[in-house]
Amino acid sequence: MTFHLTLTVNGESRAIDLDDPRVTLLDLLRERLGLTGSKKGCDRGQCGACTVLVNGRRVNACLALAVSLDGAEILTIEGLARGEQLHPVQAAFIEHDGFQCGFCTPGQIMSAVGLIREGHAGDDPERIREGMSGNLCRCGAYIGITQAVLEAQARLSAEQGEAA
Amino acid sequence: MPDIAYEQARHGSSIGQPLTRRDGFLKVTGGATYAADNRPEGLLHAVVAVSRIARGRVTHLDVAAAKAHPGVVEVMTGANAPRLAQDPDAKDNPFMFRLDLLQNDRVRYAHQPIAVVIAQTLEAATEGAELLAPRYEVDPPRIGLDAEAPQAPEVVGAGDKAVAARGDVEAGLAQAERTVETTYETPAQYHNALEPHAIVAQWDGDRLIVDTPSQGLAMAKMRLAGLFGLDPKKILIRSPFLGGGFGSKGSLSGPQVLGVMAAKLVGAPVKLVLRREQMFGPVGHRAETRQTLRLGTDASGALTALDHHTLTATSRYDDFYEPASAISRYLYAAPAVSTRHSGVRVDTGTPLFMRAPGEASGSVALEGAVDEMAEACGLDPLEFRLRNYAESEPISGRPFSSKALRECYAQGAARFGWDKRAKQPRSMRDTAGRLIGYGMGTALFPALMMQAEARAEIRADGTGTVALGAHDMGQGAWTALAQIAADGLGIDLDQLDFQSGTSDLPNAGIAGGSAHTATAGSAIHSAAASVLAQLAELATNDARSPLYGAGNAGVYARGGRLVRRDDEGRSEAFSEILNRAGRAAISAQGQGAADPASREAYAMHAHGAVFAEVSVDPDLGQIRVTRLVGAFAAGRIVNPRLVESQYYGGMIWGVSFALHENAVVDPRSGRVMNANLGEYHVPVNADVPSIEAILVEEHDPHVNPLGIKGVGEIGITGTAGAIANAVYHATGIRVRKTPITLDRLLG
Amino acid sequence: MNRFDYVRAGSVAEAVAAAAEPGAAYLAAGTNLLDLMKGGLTRPGRLVDVTHLPGLDRIEHLPDGGVRIGALVRNSDLAYDAGFAKAHPAVAEALLSGASAQLRNAATVAGNLLQRTRCPYFYDPASACNKRDPGAGCDARGGETRLHAVLGWSEHCIATHPSDFCVPLVSLDAVLEIEGRAGAREVPLEALYRLPDDRPDRETVLEPGDLIVALRLPPQAAAFAGHSRYLKVRDRTSYAFAVVSVAASLRLDGGGIGEARIALGGVALKPWRARAAEAVLAGAEPSEANFRAAADAALTDARPSGDNAFKIELARRLIVRTLARAAAGTPDRMPALPASAFSGDALHA
Repeated sequence: MTFHLTLTVNGESRAIDLDDPRVTLLDLLRERLGLTGSKKGCDRGQCGACTVLVNGRRVNACLALAVSLDGAEILTIEGLARGEQLHPVQAAFIEHDGFQCGFCTPGQIMSAVGLIREGHAGDDPERIREGMSGNLCRCGAYIGITQAVLEAQARLSAEQGEAA
Repeated sequence: MPDIAYEQARHGSSIGQPLTRRDGFLKVTGGATYAADNRPEGLLHAVVAVSRIARGRVTHLDVAAAKAHPGVVEVMTGANAPRLAQDPDAKDNPFMFRLDLLQNDRVRYAHQPIAVVIAQTLEAATEGAELLAPRYEVDPPRIGLDAEAPQAPEVVGAGDKAVAARGDVEAGLAQAERTVETTYETPAQYHNALEPHAIVAQWDGDRLIVDTPSQGLAMAKMRLAGLFGLDPKKILIRSPFLGGGFGSKGSLSGPQVLGVMAAKLVGAPVKLVLRREQMFGPVGHRAETRQTLRLGTDASGALTALDHHTLTATSRYDDFYEPASAISRYLYAAPAVSTRHSGVRVDTGTPLFMRAPGEASGSVALEGAVDEMAEACGLDPLEFRLRNYAESEPISGRPFSSKALRECYAQGAARFGWDKRAKQPRSMRDTAGRLIGYGMGTALFPALMMQAEARAEIRADGTGTVALGAHDMGQGAWTALAQIAADGLGIDLDQLDFQSGTSDLPNAGIAGGSAHTATAGSAIHSAAASVLAQLAELATNDARSPLYGAGNAGVYARGGRLVRRDDEGRSEAFSEILNRAGRAAISAQGQGAADPASREAYAMHAHGAVFAEVSVDPDLGQIRVTRLVGAFAAGRIVNPRLVESQYYGGMIWGVSFALHENAVVDPRSGRVMNANLGEYHVPVNADVPSIEAILVEEHDPHVNPLGIKGVGEIGITGTAGAIANAVYHATGIRVRKTPITLDRLLG
Repeated sequence: MNRFDYVRAGSVAEAVAAAAEPGAAYLAAGTNLLDLMKGGLTRPGRLVDVTHLPGLDRIEHLPDGGVRIGALVRNSDLAYDAGFAKAHPAVAEALLSGASAQLRNAATVAGNLLQRTRCPYFYDPASACNKRDPGAGCDARGGETRLHAVLGWSEHCIATHPSDFCVPLVSLDAVLEIEGRAGAREVPLEALYRLPDDRPDRETVLEPGDLIVALRLPPQAAAFAGHSRYLKVRDRTSYAFAVVSVAASLRLDGGGIGEARIALGGVALKPWRARAAEAVLAGAEPSEANFRAAADAALTDARPSGDNAFKIELARRLIVRTLARAAAGTPDRMPALPASAFSGDALHA
């Protein structure tokens, strides 16, 4: 049996024929759509390396069945920058050295984008640390990650202020 | 040895600049390609089935059920696995580990691979592996440090002596005013790089291309060549990025080889990625230890004797003994020092190098014991350490090539506010009423040198290339080695083509022992120096050059030009020199290795001091490391931004060691019961509110031509002990077993 | 993961009919179900996807002062619903102390209530487990038991229920609305869960096909809003299951306690309502001595199931702490963060 889905992936509407309902969103992205930026660190929702935005909210792509997400909008790390122009979170991660090996980084960045959109952490470092605790970094880049999220949050809220 | 640091300070340098990572853009956009991101045409997916028993043999696998699953192409078992050219249990060097490669039905540890299912989709391969439903003949596993009577290994770690001593420890203890005897225990820990071991293997006749993370490309290539009877030249390994290694990707692991075998069996490219729970078994771990220390001091608090004994475990079938006592050979002055190891064999996978192997576990015990003795002497822990400061290496007696530990103590203590530490335990509180504790530890990691080669080239257009099969597992080789390369060639970074991360490039040795930047950097430096020497030769012997007659020693390179040392107004671009000589390029090979004479003459270590503040809930026992300050002296700093990150990471591993990591093994089954990242805890962001790293200046003319010591592992040492000591200071409860969990502090 | 039929339900009736078949399971966010299926711990032959059912994702503040929460409301949406968090601060705190932001964004409230134990022997398919395989035995007994139950366990099962959310809910008399083959019915949340006894495989009172469509908090629950807390002790600062957790809510009359609600998490196979402790506090002064007496009453029947006697003492202390925090008043900014000993409040109010 083939399942016909429509997903908007990084702004592009895609018709997907899925021959197997077991395919997770993460495996769909990585193995079938060629979007390998999202990483599989545990496949059980325990590390956050697969974090993507689904309908604007950060979730673990490894614990979602693709077939169930028919009609959803997916944003992955590949869809965050505009060409060479990095999203403020991406730029801040480089500036604050918020990564080492880089494997957890796509998940960290998507999680940070989600966190800032949620708007509950603000500029409180303790709330940012708590809000980013669903993303393990085995290299131990947490200091830079927190600094990067703080800076990106400040930049984005300043931009929002200007826009308003 | 030339004083290169001075030269570059004078002439401008990439080295020393806090550059951001050159691979940063790729890593923040998802463009960095890790092994499992490769998807060659016709790729099949392989999933390993692992043993649920720790000892015995596999009696049945339901291959038919697996094969009946739609999409399953093949099941590789002991019955049909490709035979190998070499016994996977053969071992000709300490970096070669015995592997389980489906050559028999024997099970030697839990989570040992027992079959591989290859399918058209990952979903089919995964379920196919599940359907194998293995049956076993089970022998009772032998697990834990009391599994058998301890043996005395001759070597520990990678070829270190198991026993090293100086003076008469028993006499020293007998004469002592005070003695402390104390035992510390550390559990098995698993590397758990966020990237599971993965491989994409493609055969093309007798040629083999593999994408797999490796901390030692050349070694991995030789291992594959041996196992498959291949000419090493026919093997290409690509490992541009590792998703963390921490030692577990230093030697090729069994599952990686199984991916190559699977590709051979089915005649198609195969991707094999370990599941997280499968990372707890076949890819190494840090072995548990039980360490007993005996210390004696005289009336002034000076050590009269230090005895450090480690009991550890290795596997039933291979040898790797955690060299935890070794740190006591290097750190504190005592007229009598004894360091010893014994071991038991257990039914687990073979332990392996894991970030600061030996030093991490040994440091927890040593720093705890020193803290206990300081208290027994009525001395401040810092004062006690200063009184026992080693002016020469305790056992060997050699002078240190450099040692800015006093400055580390002083700068770390000042930044931390160590002088505000109350003398009595359980006497500091924060405004909310939580117990506050201050603790410290000394950090140390040997400044090792491995062996490496590099190739350098300058072309007629003024650009340069440096190439070597180096490894970036997050420490920043793409950046730091390129900085060294640009300096070595005297060109700007943007004129440099830096090639790395594949096995067809010159052998850069291994990324381990915190020695990669020093070793590969030395090779780069040597290759670049040869190129410049040839270039200078061309210019200074050519009457048309403004450098004519300057002689080789009379020029230096900067910004793509050679400049007369005695007259900096006279210079010539590399491109002009080469074009006039009709040369398209000049290239050279270089090598990096330890200088035996210096190593004989000097003891070489990086040092540091770590200060920890913890808060402990007095009723609930919940612990948080609220502040860490580490001051480290590690010779020349190539890139302070990246070095700071290495220290942060190491110190977070110290938090992890002290408070979290613990592989819980059920002795009845031999299985790790928390083989996942939900219950095998490593710190999350909220566990790490505040860390500072101070880069203490240190100049080392002996350690290597660049004056670089390693920074990747030292951060764990000192830190875990400092935290444990801070918990004691906060609570008055000395927990001598890591991880320190809240139940131990309920009082 | 085993192969299964995927059915997307268009209506509740369709869902109930499809899920009543043997071997069928409901799929909502799947954050727990997929985890279990990936581990080979449950192998449903059919997944009935209810995520596209209309109308189950609403939070309704009822005219009588109660609140009705659709089964598909996401954990984070409920926790950050300003009206809900103000009326039920301990529930919001509990929600936000569970799992990670990503999981809370996905997981539904009904799924949270139905999550399975984290007992490592349940999760290890090679271990004997009476939950997975009735009559097989319990390898947790005599094994690694640091985090296992101290209340309500049996020789057959010593697992705990891992949810944070359900702890304050049972203390506040939450009720489930269930649609089943026999029509609609209501079940108090506390009665949803069964203690293990000799059949730990029977975890709830749900029948095949039963679908939780909503959960309700009665109007009385909001009366505790000013003095209601949830505290969770865990082995790392965030993203860890509870060692022990406590929900405590007080209704203060003048200087005394009019009514107290207390429940414990991480101690039993169900969220543990401590009625004996509530009785101790009814009409009493909010004093540390009385809180201690309540804690003692709550743990009268507690006994270790292995190497976990410390949890009894820890639960005792955490009850006292949580009551003290509740008595001091719900903080202005809710939910406090993290919902743990590190929330920045003074330890003793």
